[in-house]
Amino acid sequence: MSGAGGGVDLSRAGSNIPAGRNLAVRAVFFTCALITVLTTFGIIVVLVDGALGFFREETLFGLLSGVLGGLLSGGPAEAWAAARSGLGVQVTVREFLFGTDWSPIIRPRSYGVIPLLWGTMIIVVGSALIALPIGTATAIYLSEYADRRVRNVIKPTLEVLAGIPTIVYGFFALSFITPIIQRFFPETGTFNAAAGAIVVGIMIIPMVSSLSEDAMSAVPDDLRNAAYGLGATKFEVSTDVVVPASLSGVLASYILAISRAIGETMAVTLAVGMQPNITFNPLEPIQTMTAYMVQVGISDVSVGSIGYQSLFAVGLVLFVMTLVMNLLSLWVKSRYREAYR
Amino acid sequence: MPEKQPTADEPHTANEPHAANEPRRAHEPHAANEPRPAHEPRRAHEPRRAHEPTATEPIRTDGGRVTEATPSIQEIPEADTVIESKDLTVHYGDVQALQPVNVRLPEREVTAIIGPSGCGKSTFLRCLNRMNDMVDAARVGGELRFRGKNVYDGDVDPVALRRRVGMVFQKPNPFPKSIYDNVAYGLKIQGFDGDMDARVEEALRGAALWNEVSDQLDSSGLALSGGQQQRLCIARAIAPDPEVILMDEPASALDPVATAKVEDLIDELAEQYTVVIVTHNMQQAARISDKTAVFLTGGKLVEFGDTDRIFENPENQRVEDYITGKFG
Repeated sequence: MSGAGGGVDLSRAGSNIPAGRNLAVRAVFFTCALITVLTTFGIIVVLVDGALGFFREETLFGLLSGVLGGLLSGGPAEAWAAARSGLGVQVTVREFLFGTDWSPIIRPRSYGVIPLLWGTMIIVVGSALIALPIGTATAIYLSEYADRRVRNVIKPTLEVLAGIPTIVYGFFALSFITPIIQRFFPETGTFNAAAGAIVVGIMIIPMVSSLSEDAMSAVPDDLRNAAYGLGATKFEVSTDVVVPASLSGVLASYILAISRAIGETMAVTLAVGMQPNITFNPLEPIQTMTAYMVQVGISDVSVGSIGYQSLFAVGLVLFVMTLVMNLLSLWVKSRYREAYR
Repeated sequence: MPEKQPTADEPHTANEPHAANEPRRAHEPHAANEPRPAHEPRRAHEPRRAHEPTATEPIRTDGGRVTEATPSIQEIPEADTVIESKDLTVHYGDVQALQPVNVRLPEREVTAIIGPSGCGKSTFLRCLNRMNDMVDAARVGGELRFRGKNVYDGDVDPVALRRRVGMVFQKPNPFPKSIYDNVAYGLKIQGFDGDMDARVEEALRGAALWNEVSDQLDSSGLALSGGQQQRLCIARAIAPDPEVILMDEPASALDPVATAKVEDLIDELAEQYTVVIVTHNMQQAARISDKTAVFLTGGKLVEFGDTDRIFENPENQRVEDYITGKFG
């Protein structure tokens, strides 16, 4: 069975290798991988199309069917009319992005998303102020200071904290954090921004500490020894050597934690209330983008109404924000990867 | 392998077995406990002294049991001693990594510590600046005196000790910082507020690296070659001007050219500093050191003395076997 080149037979048939199996396995795996890609793509299409329906009279699909229907029934003139009415402006992008009043359901209607963005930013900034320092300090403690027994207690505890359902955090805020705040500031309402920021902060501590600790533990002991050998204290080793060397991982954990705070829904919906509100006072109720989406999602607004359509517009803003954070995290990781070999 | 037990009653004889290619001078038997000739510090680049006859090691007894001759701490006059260990032991958990070590390390000389893998030589080195503290399971017994002070006393801060006893490691380990910041780091954490630029230059010149990096002090220390990185680590260690520099196989990760540079450097460092170097390269120990300590398996310091004597005329049969390559 020697071919033109002669020599031994190394062909598949000659070696008894089942034909086609490799290809089938490959196809199954590829299909599984494809599902996530298609799902992501589908979500983006639905979001963008729904948001288009918010800004224009019709969604893209509605517009296409209108134009096609017009074309079939009355010719080009009717199709043109359908296109014009479908593309009619419902809400301007300018009003949406820069308006400071959000009331898409209750008259007088207005569609400025700034109060919702503001609510989300208060939660993000407040929770970051709590979680980033505490999470980083916890990571340094676990990586540099804690002996094995203490680590074996703290690490699983953090994982439990990370595994608590967010709705439970919401109850915790309502039933525990808010009463404490009210003890110090009696005028605080049941729903307030501070309780939401605190509870989201607690929620994302494990994310910061666990990812940061992974990055810090990966710093080679050679570097620590170099600093210890020069007479550095444990604190100097931590701040001068370990944290700078693991900076990419630490920053990435910050970004992912902030991204989580942006998208956090149930806890803030329970804790902060449903009042779109541009305020610096953390004791007042606010509304985040996610909490608004819960409110509309469980309310009786009819499909196709502007209130329903506003879900997609707000959802798109959320999606873009978390996407930017994810891209930022990737960039930080690659930018600082060469901190040590 | 049967161990020779040199004792005071059994001085070495000239017809001991020895390496074929190494003609060995007849060994003069001499009395036990005879004081050694006064120690003379070696001046840099001075040719090594010819072998001098040394006192046979006095016998140490542990609980009445005669032990293998352990080098005497009388080897080095007390006045020249920087570091002195007295019955220093180390356990890692249940494993004894170091049998009682008694040795005096002389000032401004290079002491090489040699021995096969796992013999405790690095463990001993890491006792000298208490780097063993970093190992959870390590327990240290006995005394280690640095300029007379037991560094394992309760009131000793290992951080303070390490500022006077610098260290260079096996693998070059510059910080992921600029060359300048690497060298300046030790001074910075010690609160140095003088002319930092001058000290950095001085240290880099001391490490024979200045001419190669003077125009790129701001670039990363990791951008240098392996040999340059190791000299950067030496510059970093000498910048705060310690009294002792410990080196743990500093050239083992380097190519021969870089190794030669580091060895030359160690020779120069001995003018100013006390250098203790662990090496598994016996030729290197013979080339660069004034004194040699030989550890053998089991964490035992078997012989200590002038390098020339150890290599030409070791007293312990196992040391001779090790040095001539019969084992280890």
